[in-house]
Parts: sequence; structure tokens; C-alpha cells
Amino acid sequence: MDVKDIIKPENLVYQKPKLLTDKTMHYCPGCTHGVVHRLVAEVIEDLDIQEKTIGVSPVGCSVFAYNYIDIDWQEAAHGRAPAVATGIARVNEDKVVFTYQGDGDLASIGTAEILHACNRGENIVVIFINNAIYGMTGGQMAPTTLLGQVTATTPCGRDLERNGYPLKITELIAQLPGTSYVTRQSAHTPATARKCRKAIKKAFQNAIDKKGTSFVEVVSTCNSGWRLSPVDANIWMEENMFPFFPMGDMKDGERDAPDAYLKKN
Amino acid sequence: MTEEIIIAGFGGQGVLSMGKILAYSGVMQDQEVTWFPSYGPEMRGGTANVSVIISDTRISSPILHEFDTAIILNQQSMDKFEKTVKPGGVLLYDPNGIVNPPTRTDINIYKIEGTKIAADLGNVKTFNMVVLGAYLKAKPIVKMESIRKGLEKSLPERHHKLIPLNLEAIEAGQEKLEAVNEVSV
Amino acid sequence: MGDLRLMKGNEVIAEAAIRCGCDGYFGYPITPQSEVMETLMAREPWDETGMVVLQAESEVASINMVYGAAGSGKKVMTSSSSPGISLMAEGISYIAGAELPCLIVNVQRGGPGLGTIQPSQADYFQSTKGGGHGDYRLIVLAPSSVQEMNDFVDLGFELAYKYRNPAMILTDGAIGQMMEKVVLSEYKPRMTSEEINDKYGSWATNGKKPNRDYNIITSLEMDSAKMESNNLRFQEKYKQMEEEEVRYETFQCDDAEYILVAFGSSARICQKSVDLARAKGLKVGLLRPITLYPFPKKPIAELAKKVKGFLTVEMNAGQMVEDVQLAAGCGNSSVPVKYFGRMGGIIPTPGEVVEALEQKLIEA
Repeated sequence: MDVKDIIKPENLVYQKPKLLTDKTMHYCPGCTHGVVHRLVAEVIEDLDIQEKTIGVSPVGCSVFAYNYIDIDWQEAAHGRAPAVATGIARVNEDKVVFTYQGDGDLASIGTAEILHACNRGENIVVIFINNAIYGMTGGQMAPTTLLGQVTATTPCGRDLERNGYPLKITELIAQLPGTSYVTRQSAHTPATARKCRKAIKKAFQNAIDKKGTSFVEVVSTCNSGWRLSPVDANIWMEENMFPFFPMGDMKDGERDAPDAYLKKN
Repeated sequence: MTEEIIIAGFGGQGVLSMGKILAYSGVMQDQEVTWFPSYGPEMRGGTANVSVIISDTRISSPILHEFDTAIILNQQSMDKFEKTVKPGGVLLYDPNGIVNPPTRTDINIYKIEGTKIAADLGNVKTFNMVVLGAYLKAKPIVKMESIRKGLEKSLPERHHKLIPLNLEAIEAGQEKLEAVNEVSV
Repeated sequence: MGDLRLMKGNEVIAEAAIRCGCDGYFGYPITPQSEVMETLMAREPWDETGMVVLQAESEVASINMVYGAAGSGKKVMTSSSSPGISLMAEGISYIAGAELPCLIVNVQRGGPGLGTIQPSQADYFQSTKGGGHGDYRLIVLAPSSVQEMNDFVDLGFELAYKYRNPAMILTDGAIGQMMEKVVLSEYKPRMTSEEINDKYGSWATNGKKPNRDYNIITSLEMDSAKMESNNLRFQEKYKQMEEEEVRYETFQCDDAEYILVAFGSSARICQKSVDLARAKGLKVGLLRPITLYPFPKKPIAELAKKVKGFLTVEMNAGQMVEDVQLAAGCGNSSVPVKYFGRMGGIIPTPGEVVEALEQKLIEA
């Protein structure tokens, strides 16, 4: 049998989404970014919003996200993606705007911007990749690094007295009245990737429906930063991160009604 | 004609709005004007002052170190601005709260019992208009018609019903101006 | 003839923004410029022209909102005062690096640090030489009247779009807080999505169209050769600005032996100083740079050939002196350039300027 006999539409079980470009990804083998990029591209294609979606890429490994999905993009300064997205969304009400941010970008240097964008209830989607480490700069401690976790700046493990606690920023975000959907997912198995795709799709649908901010955390691996093989990294994530960052929806519905927030007279 | 005025007193005395009405009146009669306030925390309860320039020609510096007229409404301002009046110029003050009255002999000094007159009129908020009236008596640099138009422009519409009261206060001020020292110019 | 009003400089910035078809303003309160956003909010332009006004959580956020909105081809601006502009420096550098048009208004107050809320011109270096990181320039306009606060909003946007570069109105608390007569501009409609697509569709993130590749707004380029060529392109742009956009005004310079060089509110004070000096029989003129970048080098070089000296008058420690020296040196390297100024929020008086002129140049 020739290869031409195999490549037929009826035999198709897997293909690259149309919106993923042909550029070779710069991510390390085993990195979760590639999977999540694919899911985002699929969702944009599914919802047929390629012409009205603007992506905002962060500083971090996914700074080059703009190379991989065939939509208009802006690259933001470190931590400022939610402000950049706010600017775009506010003067382009017909557009669907999303940020794609890592844990250093979103939960450390950009804490003010993410909290206020979510609290205002900007009509944007936030994709938050949490791998508990700074990937781009070579594996330093992130705000989400677990106690005891070894990184380039915590060579003896993260120490409470020296470094403080890991930050559960998604739990914090879920408290904010401007968010309509806050969820934590992973994408390390076919089943979790499918679930994650559904969550991302819901988030984008919310933006189309002007329902306020939707926030999807994806607990991810950084096998090179963690100094593990891709398979071992998945196991390490399940054993160490999942107990501290439990999966599931934290909020799913509408932004808060204004009543409770009104002045009394 | 160019008239350079400093109005100085406490925040809340209506110093800035007196200047504003004066400036608007200048605009109403086609003159050039600038209105330059002190600003910031000192506006909130401390001293406030505003310099107003009204001129027939283009105004160069809006910020001045000497004035044709100083309208002085508290002691701190007296200490600061008495010396900035040009020789032959005008110093108008309300004696209420003034411990050390002006002593210069080379300028025209007038006083107006603004606080008292406004209280007699039944509305202490008209204090600044009484003082404005007194100033216009000493130096009729703008027409009363322009003042009326200036009031209309500078007061929000919802306060326009107060214009007759303000005009009455201006008239009272004009009537009750007292000369303390007059020099020939 | 437009609409004649008596207004504060800060209020006029707001009014001019609405009238020039601005799509959005993002800002954060700081004295002495808060009236800009207050006026916009009171005017409710979202009902009138569709302009968006948003109070951001910080100056850092404001400038990044501007970056985002400007990237989508919209006409957007922010305003702040010195400490706030320092916070924006990163964002301004990104905007310059990504070659986006926008307008930034700096109503200066005295520094360094929290400094004072009183007027100052101490951000001259920051505005004209840098501020943020990297080799970039802002187009810097220095209004010296409330009327120019109106006029330079439109001009600033025009230049920003011509060069795809941020433009700054560098003013101070004196002009911002002062009221003068102003003739407001006629209303211009905001651009429609179609117009934006026609004019800026080649670069703006206004949504990928089937007939074009997707657009990326970024200042990042990992390939040094490409980054250098980006830098060379920026430099070409700045050179063109220096050739085409210099704006200045002279006042009684024809027969002058001494020239005051001053911008913004200092230039207003110096006009009076010229009058005072002339009344004393001194032949003094004033050159007022209107664009601080590009700086009016040629007219200063020309004057240097015939005058006895220059005095820069600034509300800072003499930040403009070396620009005047460099320019004057091109005409006559021996002509003295002296400085007089006040700092900390103190405004020099017209008389002080004349005294300084006499002491530092005429009697020296």
C-alpha cells in the first residue's frame, strides 16, 4: 500500500487547525503551550471569529504566540496584557479580545492589571498558563512556585520565610464581580485537553455575548524548567500541582448584579 | 488699558470665583483676559489667590510679581501682597480679621466691610460680590452690563436665580467703599 | 469662526480631544492635570461622538490601554503629570518601538520624586532625550497659551499619524490651571471602521481580513540585524521630523542684541521681560521653540551670527542650555549661552529675567 492510499479524507483522524500557521514553534518538546495554542486556534475557527479576534501576547515563553495563530495580534509589555486588551476592547466593541499570559506575567508583575481588568468586567478572555516557574528567563521562581520546589532562584527549594507563599491567583480572580466564568483546567491528556477546549470555547462565547471577563487557567508543565522528561513532568504536575491547584470551575454564570454594590442613598 | 489684579484670601471666601466673574466680564466686552489661580492643597481651606489680567492688547505674562490692584481678604495675604502693589496702585481690603492694617502711603488704600455687609444682606455667601462691587467703585474697569453677562456665563444655569441677589451685593459694595488713603496719580 | 470660551488649559485639552474626533482617552488622576479627565467625564462624549473615556487603575495601565487601542488604528490619548509620565515611560518606549501614533499630555509639576504640585519644566530631558529605554524620540509640542492647548491636540495627532510615532504636549501646571480666551476647533467626525481599514489596515490590529496577512503590533525583534534595520528606519523618521516639523516663534528678534530662549509658560514670562528690557533701552528679543523635538537649531544658529548672547529661561536647572549651545555653536561658537531659571514650582518673574540678563550677559 502506498502512502497516497492512506492520505484520504475518510482516513483523517487528526489535522492541524486551519488557523495554526506553518511556522515552527519555538517551544520545548513536551511544553503545554503548543497544545493550548492549538485549542485556542480550534475554538476561534469553530466560532468563526478569525476576522474579529485580536490576541494579546505577553512577555514570557508565549511572547511569540503571535507567530502561530492566524489572527491580528499585539505584543504587550510584561504584565500589561490585560490593560492592552482593555484598550483594544473598549474602542472596538465588535471585536473579541483575549490575552494569553503566563504565571510570572499575570500573577507577579501584572497583578494590578489583571485584577482591575477582571474587576471592571472587561469583555475579554484571559488564558492563564500556570507552570509554576519562569520559563523564558531560565527557570526562576514564579509566584505560583510551590514551597520546596527547586528553581534557579530557589536552588534549595522555595522557602516560606524567604520567599513567601505560592499565590492562588485564580481563586482571587473568582471573587471579583466582573468575571462571569473562572475555571482551572489542564491539557496533559486527551480527555483533559478536550475539557480544556470546552472551557476555552465557553470563555470566547462569553466574550461574544458581552458577559464580562472569562478566565481560564491551564495548569501546565515546564519540563525543561523543571529538569524533567515530558512524561515525568506530567506525573510531577499531577502529584504536586493538582493538589494545590485543584481542577474545576470556580465561577460559571454572570457578572455580579450591581445591587449589592450600589450606594444606599 | 491693562489692569493686573491679585485677589487673595482664604479658600471658601469666593476668591477664585470673584476672579472668574471679573475675567468673564472682560471677555464680554471683547478684552483679553488671563485668570491664574493658586492650586492644590492650599485651595482646600488654606489661603487661595488668583491673578486676573484684563487688557485691550495681547497679554504676555499671566504670572506677575507686581499688581495694579490687590484685593486682600486675610492677614496672611496682607503680609504677602501689600508690598506687591505698584506705587500709585490700589489696595482694597476687608478689615475683618486684619490685625495689621496696610501701612503704605504711596498707594490708594480702600476698605470694605464685606463680611458685615453680606451678613446684613442676609446671605454671607455674597461676601465676594460685595468686595467685587467695592473694587469696581474704586476702579470701574468693566461695565456693570458686562458684569451681569459675566455672572450669567460663570454661574451654572441652576444658580441663575441668584443673579439679582449677586447684583444687589455688588451695588451694596459700591455704595459702602471707604477710602483710607488716597494718593494723586 | 469657532466657539469662543474662557477656559482652563486642562479643560481645553479635553474639549479639543472630543472635537478632533478622538476615539478614546485613558488616564489616572494626578495634580495638576486631573481636570482633563474630569472635564471629559462631565462632557459624556460617549453619547455625543462615541469617544471612550476610562479611568484606569494606574498610569502604567493607562499608557498600555493607549498602546492597545492605538494598535487597532484608533485615535487615542492619555494625560498625566510628571511622576505619572515616569510610570508611563515603559509604555511610551513600547509605543515608539511598535511605531504607533498617539497623543500624551504632560502637565508638568516640580520634581524629582513626588516633588511639588506647582508648575515646572523639569521634564525637558525626559521628553526630548529619552524617558524610556532605547533609541526613540517623541514629537514634543510646547504650548504657551490656552489657545495652543486647543490647537496642539489636533496638531499632535496629525504629526503622530504622519510619522506613526507618539506625540507629546509638554505643558505645565501654570498653563493647565490658567484660564484664557480660547477659540475651540470645529468638530471633526471620528473615523469609521472602513476609513481606518483603508488608511491603516496595512498595520492596524483591526481584525484580520481575507485579503491580507495577519497584522502584528510588536516592538520585539530577536534578530539583531533586523532590529538594527528597525532602528535605522526610526532614525530616518526622526531625521525627516527634524527637516520638516520644526516650529518656533520669534518676538522682537530683528534688531535684538540679546536673545531669550524660552518655551511654554516661561516664554510668556519672557515676552513681558522683553517689554521691560526694551523700556530700559536694551535690545532684547525672544525665541520660543514650539517643537522641543525637533528643536529649532537653524534659527538659533542664524541668530548666533549677529547677536551678543543668549539667555535660556527655564523652570528647571537649565536642561535646554546644551541644545541652545549646540545650535548656537553652528553659527558662532564664541557666542555666550547663559541660563536663568527657578525650580521647585517657583515661576520666575519677568523682572528677575531682566536682572539675570543684565548680570549674566550684558554686564559680564
